[in-house]
Amino acid sequence: MNLHEYQSKRLFKQFNIPVPRGLPAHTPDDAASAARELGGDVWVVKAQVHAGGRGKAGGVRLVTSVEEVKKAALEMLGSTLVTKQTGPEGLPIHTVIVEMGSEIARELYLSLLVDRTSERISFMASAVGGMDIEEVAASQPDQMQTLSVHPAAGLQPYQARQMGFAMGLDKDQVGQFTKIAMQLYRLFVERDASMIEINPLIVTADGNVVALDAKINIEDNALFRQSEMMEWRDPTQEDDMENEASAHDLNYVSLGGNIACMVNGAGLAMATMDLIKLHGGDPANFLDVGGGSSAEGVYEAFKLILSNDRVEAILVNIFGGIVRCDLIAEGIIAAVKEVGVEVPVVVRLEGTNVNQGRELLANSGLDIIAADDLTEAAKKVAAVVA
Amino acid sequence: MSTLVNKDSKVICQGFTGRQGTFHSEQSIEYGTNLVGGVTPGRGGEVHLELPVFDTVHQAVAETAADVSMIYVPAPFAADAILEAADGGIKLVVCVTEGIPVLDMVRVKATLSDYDCRLIGPNCPGIITPGECKIGIMPGFIHQPGKVGVVSRSGTLTYEAVYQTTCNGLGQTTCIGIGGDPVRGMNFIDCLELFEADPATEGIIMVGEIGGTDEEAAADYIKQHVSKPVVAYIAGVTAPAGKRMGHAGAIISGGTGTAEEKFKALNDAGVTTVRSPAEMGSAMLQRLGG
Repeated sequence: MNLHEYQSKRLFKQFNIPVPRGLPAHTPDDAASAARELGGDVWVVKAQVHAGGRGKAGGVRLVTSVEEVKKAALEMLGSTLVTKQTGPEGLPIHTVIVEMGSEIARELYLSLLVDRTSERISFMASAVGGMDIEEVAASQPDQMQTLSVHPAAGLQPYQARQMGFAMGLDKDQVGQFTKIAMQLYRLFVERDASMIEINPLIVTADGNVVALDAKINIEDNALFRQSEMMEWRDPTQEDDMENEASAHDLNYVSLGGNIACMVNGAGLAMATMDLIKLHGGDPANFLDVGGGSSAEGVYEAFKLILSNDRVEAILVNIFGGIVRCDLIAEGIIAAVKEVGVEVPVVVRLEGTNVNQGRELLANSGLDIIAADDLTEAAKKVAAVVA
Repeated sequence: MSTLVNKDSKVICQGFTGRQGTFHSEQSIEYGTNLVGGVTPGRGGEVHLELPVFDTVHQAVAETAADVSMIYVPAPFAADAILEAADGGIKLVVCVTEGIPVLDMVRVKATLSDYDCRLIGPNCPGIITPGECKIGIMPGFIHQPGKVGVVSRSGTLTYEAVYQTTCNGLGQTTCIGIGGDPVRGMNFIDCLELFEADPATEGIIMVGEIGGTDEEAAADYIKQHVSKPVVAYIAGVTAPAGKRMGHAGAIISGGTGTAEEKFKALNDAGVTTVRSPAEMGSAMLQRLGG
């Protein structure tokens, strides 16, 4: 689950990690009064969307009067921001942050994530911040430091000092940096984060180390013990169909094509998409109905994939293990009848009670195209939309 | 021959009296697995499925001499169950549970290094030695004793590989589902090492997917240490970057973890890669001169 920048900074404040003074606003008037309350004569208005690349897309504005704060907020709120990370449809802006301007002396980069290779929480730090970190990693790999933390010991101050000195911070700044790193590690563990990124972490003109930006992801599997974080969820930044799917315990990811697929198991679901592509088709979605698929699950899955109007054919691929093929067949028949499927449906069933399942489909009187194996299924579905 | 589990493995089930634990224990017993008891805290002394229930793994091991545990404990309590098994003296822990927080697994992995204990999973179908011992949620009837070792990050794709090698007569020695989580127990390399050492295993099918670099590490290992024919398939060529495809670990991030990189590494290591999951069995048959 992604958090907005303003939510991430709220967490930072709770953990005593310095951030610029700022306030969230939902209306242009709120934004203006936020600027007055903050005082000063330079403000930054930042669009709150779940995507990076906001600066280049016009989602971050530096302004010097309360009127301009209001105007920037007016233009942003209610509009859609398209960045290189959002895709062409963009994301809606419902909130902005109004923040006091900071005088920046240096821009650094700092992030934490669970590194799959070391199987530990790792810090990544770079003396080059404020730009796309993947570009820095590619063009200046010697500027990237990584450090992994033993889960029993936790982050040690010497590790943080090492990172700080390597970034060229002075003694006082290393002290501040160490406190920040220690607190970030604590936040990461206590809130079950899967990623925290500060880009940039700045040194201000008067020598303070401050998190100018903040991005936090909370791990979905840990949300059962992070109920406060759950309240911060913003469904307007998420895909409606993916949310609808997860409400029914289905795993759905939208893709661009016209052949919908419905599969049990995540690996087989990916493999089915690949197979459609391999035989000249174009998959419309990833959909895993789960290992314990039921007739009801199949019904909901059909409703979901048909709500995408690009879909011109459906491929159902089920390898019945614990779940029986005859039950799946009944689910398909009920769904086709009740949902009113008007596009061709190709079905490949294999596994437990496969013969009963195939027989049910054959005798259903419905226009279902049966396929005996994976290859035939992919070829048949690619052919019907060609 | 086989690896890790056989007809003599003494197996207990943690989460024994729960719905999942009961159902899959029944299935395992029916298949012929030597299940010797189970653990449900607070239910010690009861009898379930005609087997003794214990409060703790320590008691279960003391009474039954179990050496393998299968875990069907819900995600919030699963990390604790894995560590209890290791501390109780279990040598092989199979954790089927899906949805364990990754930081729990980070803690588990760091602690397991203190024990002589292997972990399979979590978020996996389990392990089976056909005809002898089934520990997990896979459908037993698609397997057949034979000569191919199967190792996979995906459940249903394992079944595809198994079914294809059953249909073409090759059969399997042992099939290991290592699971779809980013931080997990045994990895491809651990399994490849065991299959290479098992005289009955003549060929190895490896099923990978997008995310991480474990397939690349496996390719490196194969180049140096594996003499047996290996066939590999990687799922997720069409998966978009940055999107999690069902499994917690199946995500292309920062440009790494793509299927193409994995195919390339495996090809470079002399592995026979197939672009269609329907061809895993036939490619293995060909490599084994069938």
